[in-house]
Amino acid sequence: MSAAPTTETKPTPSPVETITVKVDGKAVTVPKLSPDHTGTMVPTNMIQACFAAGTTVPHYCYHPKLPIAGNCRMCLVEFGTPAMGPDRKPILNADGSPKITKAPRPAIACATPVSPGMEIYCSTPSVKQMREGVLESLLINHPLDCPICDQAGECKLQEYSVDYGQSASRFVESKVHKPKRIDLGPRIVLDAERCILCTRCIRFTRDVAGDDALGIVNRGSYNTISTFPGKPFDNNYTLNTVDICPVGALTSKDFRFQMRVWFLKETKSVCTSCATGCSITAGSREDKVYRYEPRENDAVNATWMCDAGRLNYKWINRPDRLKDVVVRGEKSNWTFALKEISDQLAAAPKGSVAIIASARQTNEELFLIRKLATKLGAITDSIPRIGSGDSLLVNADKNPNVNGARLNGICFTETGINLAKIASGIEQGSIKTLLVFGEDVLKRSIASEQLKEKETTSEVVEEHSITATLLGKLETLIVSDILPNQTTKLAHILLPGAAHVEKRGSFTNTKGRVQKFMQAIQPPGDARAEWEFLHELVYNVTGQNGFKSIEGLFNQMAKEVPAYNGLSWSGLGDTGATVAI
Amino acid sequence: MFDNITNWIDGLTAMQQFVLFSGVKIFAVFGVLMTCVAYAVWVERKVAAAIQDRVGPNRAGPFGLLQPACDGIKAFLKEDFTPDHVRKAYFWIAPAIALIPALLTVAVIPFGSNLGAQKMVIADLNVGILYTFGIVSLGVYGIVLAGYAANSKYPFIGGIRSSAQMVSYELAMGMSVIPLFLWVGDLNLSQLVISQQGFVGWLPDALGSVRLPNWLVFQSPMLALSFFIFLVAAFAETNRTPFDLPEAEQELAGGYNIEYSSIKFALFFMGEYAAMITASAMMVTLFFGGWTLPWFGLDQPATSIPGGLLHIGIFFVKVVAFVFTIVWVRWMWPRFRYDQLMDLGWRRFIPLALVNIVVTALWLWIRSRS
Amino acid sequence: MIVERKKLNFWERLYIPAVIGGFKVTARHFIKSVFKRQPVTMQYPEERWVVPEGYRGAPYLVKDQEGNTKCVSCQLCEFVCPPKAIKIIPPGPAGQLADRPNAEKMPAEFEINMLRCIFCGYCQEVCPEEAIFLQKDWSHVGTNRAEMIYNKEKLLSLGGTHAGTQKWKHKLEEAKEQENFPVKP
Repeated sequence: MSAAPTTETKPTPSPVETITVKVDGKAVTVPKLSPDHTGTMVPTNMIQACFAAGTTVPHYCYHPKLPIAGNCRMCLVEFGTPAMGPDRKPILNADGSPKITKAPRPAIACATPVSPGMEIYCSTPSVKQMREGVLESLLINHPLDCPICDQAGECKLQEYSVDYGQSASRFVESKVHKPKRIDLGPRIVLDAERCILCTRCIRFTRDVAGDDALGIVNRGSYNTISTFPGKPFDNNYTLNTVDICPVGALTSKDFRFQMRVWFLKETKSVCTSCATGCSITAGSREDKVYRYEPRENDAVNATWMCDAGRLNYKWINRPDRLKDVVVRGEKSNWTFALKEISDQLAAAPKGSVAIIASARQTNEELFLIRKLATKLGAITDSIPRIGSGDSLLVNADKNPNVNGARLNGICFTETGINLAKIASGIEQGSIKTLLVFGEDVLKRSIASEQLKEKETTSEVVEEHSITATLLGKLETLIVSDILPNQTTKLAHILLPGAAHVEKRGSFTNTKGRVQKFMQAIQPPGDARAEWEFLHELVYNVTGQNGFKSIEGLFNQMAKEVPAYNGLSWSGLGDTGATVAI
Repeated sequence: MFDNITNWIDGLTAMQQFVLFSGVKIFAVFGVLMTCVAYAVWVERKVAAAIQDRVGPNRAGPFGLLQPACDGIKAFLKEDFTPDHVRKAYFWIAPAIALIPALLTVAVIPFGSNLGAQKMVIADLNVGILYTFGIVSLGVYGIVLAGYAANSKYPFIGGIRSSAQMVSYELAMGMSVIPLFLWVGDLNLSQLVISQQGFVGWLPDALGSVRLPNWLVFQSPMLALSFFIFLVAAFAETNRTPFDLPEAEQELAGGYNIEYSSIKFALFFMGEYAAMITASAMMVTLFFGGWTLPWFGLDQPATSIPGGLLHIGIFFVKVVAFVFTIVWVRWMWPRFRYDQLMDLGWRRFIPLALVNIVVTALWLWIRSRS
Repeated sequence: MIVERKKLNFWERLYIPAVIGGFKVTARHFIKSVFKRQPVTMQYPEERWVVPEGYRGAPYLVKDQEGNTKCVSCQLCEFVCPPKAIKIIPPGPAGQLADRPNAEKMPAEFEINMLRCIFCGYCQEVCPEEAIFLQKDWSHVGTNRAEMIYNKEKLLSLGGTHAGTQKWKHKLEEAKEQENFPVKP
């Protein structure tokens, strides 16, 4: 990564003021100031120093991307500071080390700033005892619903109970019962009994989502999280509260009782619902995707994602997915179809082929399509897809890889300007073959029933001049898609494609962040990842034999496409790299 | 009716009569032998069960007596599978070769005295015992061929073991009977039986009515030793425990017959039991007086048809006793190790048999001089 | 470890003691089973084995005293099952409500493949609801594989009832009591 083409040309690092502290005897140097949830530099806390030292501090209410509340008391630690003599110089021990005055009382690690020479003790017997006490207190009114709780398996109460819990309860009185199964909003269910009142959800929705919808009502043991009466908790970021809820108080209606989390295979992926490209973790079991969760990536989405993107996975499991290779209405196979396409393309006169690629395809696929287009002299473009955005994460551009299409030369600054050219080419008969990848060129605006299904996702495909009559004039219409639509019905050769969780690849997001994603499940039936058959097509038509693995393909693209110069598949890491756009 | 048949038979020439009665005897003996083979399996399973505190076959018919029939039907109806890797011709011919020698040996065994004018032996050969040994030594080919034809390792090891074992013990077996013929002076098995009539002469008269039959095994210590060597060799020749190395289940997963199924497997099985019965019949004939019993004049050739049948019955009972013993022995000893087997054969029994021949010859020479 | 091989004397090397010993043992057993008729085996379809207490037979689902399904579809048994014999389809958000009012969920389908089950008892051990028990059935017969996959209905009907603590009912009653003021201690 010596010549990394990141646009953020790193400014010469100004000397950061650092503090050296000891955590359980291990010296660790941390910056004096760290960014808080808004990015403002505030003094570094003990809990951050502990994490930097690799020490685990149990905590419920602390979250690195939220304001600090300090109410759960789980992170209590002991600490000491160097003793100062009357001369304002540190008093030294006999061996020359500074004498430490241990603080008389413990402090919460999440809200106590570190000071030079501080020593933090996380594993003393009294710290252990304090954690046990706090945990026991939190469990007093907890209903122990674990068998029916969706949080079981990723519940902090369960995890810390293993470390600091007791085998039996000493609480003989009856527990305080609070409302259960409260409908907090269209996507959230609250179980007040399970709540430990850490207020993470309140802080998130107030300070991050900007919708001050939640609060605590009632007194004492009857403290309950609640919305304002009659006002549902329905902003586009509500499901993030389910992620940050350390217990099972807030659960997702969508994921409710769907699958136990310990069965889910977690695959690093990228959300495809808009050009932001949030890093996600796809949870799947036995070739079925059950949920998306945001994955921490400070360059893109911090630890959040929108509800619309999170719930936009169900189409992957749809039963009407394209599963068969169809050649002129008859079920066929890849070998036959690819040979036919290759022969046809190889024999096509220059300029008689047009390609409508998709900005939902990966960089590697678009790279291969560009190669094909260059050889065939084909006009290329992709379909624009515009919806509404917001100031947080949702982008108005609903294609996840418009920048990838641009950088690979598939479309230009504005997507869709070549569509008219293609239309007139078909009209005049100069374009006889049209390749369409992952797009319904006949779709104008999203159908109402699909709107309902996609819930809050709304997208509009802008007006362009390709119509069914025009498609009917083509000699050959080759379509690769995932779901059936108007265009796939007209296709002469139909190739079933793979969803992003069924293949590997990379996207370039709206800010030029190149992120890779991994394969979570197998494509259904005969469906195949586009880059696999595109590679074969490119070889057959142009004779160029590139890499047959996604790693090699990406590295080849990084070499040949100027914008990606210097990148490598392994260098992308989990959070990606930024390129100039 | 009966007279008509008698007259018709009387009208035939001697040659025609010989062919007719030989044919009848062959079919009768074959039928009885195959039935015995089937029931030997039943006896084996019942005795094994009894020794192991079990019940044994008891579902098919009373006491499981129809079990052999069921087994036979099953063997015929099962898929006759020929694995792809076998040497087909040998694979097909091996089961037949395994069964035939055991059947052919019976031809020279006198299984009774007379039935009417007919001697109860299929072929009353002068060289009966030589014929027997000639045929018995062919038995090894079935097993060796099966092991070779299977073209896989365990059957092959089984076949190799079998060939070494049978060749070795054949030697001991052959030499063990030489003293017998030195003693009797005839190779014809019928003559051998005749020579075992009456009671032994060497018991003191003081014992009174306690007398031993004049069977060859009792006639002298050398002949008893002969019987002992013959018995052990017979176990080895018939691949019975403790010498069942060719088909050691634990070591070879079944030995030479692993790749066989259905009726071809059954043929090996039948061959083994037929060999067991034949070996028993040989021992009865050679050492235990054949069809004779020294009491009630039963040691003289029968003059009536019931008498003839009684002799056949006596022979049959003696054979069954031997079969029972062989079956029982299976549960008394563990299997010999291969080196122990070879050691026993070549370094114990063959020298012993040779010494036995010399001693017998010397004894007879001394006796003839005195 | 080297075990010294016993040096056999001449008598023993003749195999005679072994012969006698072998004969004695076999004869004893032969006589016992032929004359005293005391075989140790059992004539299976007529005589049936009496299962001892604590025997681990087939795992079945049980119902509570009121005939409600106890299983809440927590899927721990599915997770712990070593041969992966258990398959549970959770109810999902739109699934049927649990029989027991406070238990919130129960499995939409619960299958045990008795051909895979190894009767280890881990499912019973792990079950937090006392809903699955290894019972005494040891003879499972079917004419095809599909028949050997027992579904929820079959498992429940074979399992019978188990009178354990009704914790969900107890919780509900406790919560109802607290609705009155002042709360009884």
